[in-house]
Amino acid sequence: MLKQIEGSKAVAQAVAMCRPQVICAYPITPQTHIVEALSAMVKKGELAAEFLNVESEFAALSVAIGASATGARAYTATASQGLLYMSEAVYNAAGLGLPIVMTIANRAIGAPINIWNDHSDSMSQRDAGWLQLFAETSQEALDLHIQAFRIAEELSVPVMVCMDGFLLTHASERADIPSQDQVDAFLPPYQPRQVLDPADPVSIGAMVGPEAFTEVRYLAYERMRQALDLIPSVAADFAAQFGRDCGGLVRPYRTDDADVVVIGMGSVLGTVKDTVDELRTEGMRVGVLGITTYRPFPADAIRDALGVAPRHVIVLERALAPGTGGIVTADIRMALAGRMAPHLSTVIAGLGGRAVTTKSLRGLLATAAAGELAPLTFLDLDTGLADRELARMRATRRSGPSPENMLRDLGITASRIG
Amino acid sequence: MFQVRFHGRGGQGVVTAAELLAAAAFREGRHAQAFPSFGSERMGAPVMSFCRIDDKPIRTHEPVSEPDALIIQDPTLLHQAELFAGFSPDGYLLINSAHDFGELGLDEFVQAVHPSGRDRLLVVPASALALTHLGRPLPGAALLGGFASLTWAVSLDSVLAAISERFRGAIAEGNAEAARAAFAFVQDEREALSHA
Repeated sequence: MLKQIEGSKAVAQAVAMCRPQVICAYPITPQTHIVEALSAMVKKGELAAEFLNVESEFAALSVAIGASATGARAYTATASQGLLYMSEAVYNAAGLGLPIVMTIANRAIGAPINIWNDHSDSMSQRDAGWLQLFAETSQEALDLHIQAFRIAEELSVPVMVCMDGFLLTHASERADIPSQDQVDAFLPPYQPRQVLDPADPVSIGAMVGPEAFTEVRYLAYERMRQALDLIPSVAADFAAQFGRDCGGLVRPYRTDDADVVVIGMGSVLGTVKDTVDELRTEGMRVGVLGITTYRPFPADAIRDALGVAPRHVIVLERALAPGTGGIVTADIRMALAGRMAPHLSTVIAGLGGRAVTTKSLRGLLATAAAGELAPLTFLDLDTGLADRELARMRATRRSGPSPENMLRDLGITASRIG
Repeated sequence: MFQVRFHGRGGQGVVTAAELLAAAAFREGRHAQAFPSFGSERMGAPVMSFCRIDDKPIRTHEPVSEPDALIIQDPTLLHQAELFAGFSPDGYLLINSAHDFGELGLDEFVQAVHPSGRDRLLVVPASALALTHLGRPLPGAALLGGFASLTWAVSLDSVLAAISERFRGAIAEGNAEAARAAFAFVQDEREALSHA
């Protein structure tokens, strides 16, 4: 049924229709609306799940691990520092092969404190052994959750569904909410590979020494490889059953004859597509390649989608790796190495809630088309602001805290919330 | 695409108003997107929200920087320079206030707009209407009633339907009544302007 609905509520409805048996919740902006909506459904008796309010994110995922290990379908959601706080459990969930689904309402990581959207949080856990799926719209976030449970349980691997905080979680958009029957037909009841059962006791997560640890890790690699085959087939099944083309590995848009291709993830793709359409009418051959599945990294699918090598590939990064620059860029470079050699640029954009606008993207693509785009660019960087602080640091040893100095330069005493 | 930017303060229902407008447009079979610019919700802090309405799916997720309409829920924000950022002379402006443009210090602003477009700029006492009909000075629904009359971007019926979908009982009725009253107020004002 079509609804005009907040992204968080749409996701909560999708999760509820996946019939999770255990939901663990610890509130953190901008994820909170999702678990709030789920708790309301449990309270009203619309959803038969154990809803556990826990004391921290570490506990949230630990409880989900325990629940999943006893054979329950388990779900939780978090963001930002919350994801970091549960980091040890994130690795454990993957290492134990427990198919937990977790929503990440993507948000920056402090310090300085910033509650707004970028991808720093998911990126910090990209190699923890979870699948990472990125949603472009609320509809896709909703649909990816339904697919995520099925993929997770078929492979016994946990899945993060990443959706941009505020931009998707707090946006009211049109979404087609499936029926419970449709979801039931698509997602069979969870059949665990391993179960903690007092009647038939086993140990899980016991110590493994050098004699088999490499092989255990190899299995993690192998399961990720299997995921690369499974994800597109689940997306195809989903399309057949729900009539919506969603999920999969990558989403090319007008890349066929493109000289310049922008690669990105998440809600920024919509803005890039609008920009591409505008520039196409002006005769510029530009395209977009959206990465839906970031872990495992779909190197083959990316090469296929780029087809005849574009002259220039721009990787739009929603996170920064200080010391190297782009995180996704490194993956792209690996994927293309020895196969195609376009000019490759990293653009760091939209950190901590800075809007990525059509206007800025137009400028960026024009610079790229003119062959003048540097290997690493910070989109819309206020260089004056940064340079003034650098000058202060050169002039004075005790120059004080940079974020506060820079806010003072901008004439505001505290970050403008609102 | 029709783009609306709401300015108000935390607690005034700025985000709810944008969502109601999106819901009203959705009822008319149109695509709509509403979202806030805020982060930590705090009572009284300046808050912005946005609503886009289009006949095709809306893909962009950037804030509305060139609004076709501005809805100012709190006139104490009028001194903020960025309030009118990107506002075009062809745009619609609806301010919640019991004062007129002169008293709000906006005469110069209104004079800068071509006379033919001045009936797109209006003040509506939405808080007062809400106080009368709802019993609380929450101006969102009234402003949407006024907005429907001012722009015809959505119908009053759709606004009322969105209100009754969102609220229940006396709150729904009060908001609906405030929206109707503001719709009538704006209609009268526009008629008066057209005869002036």
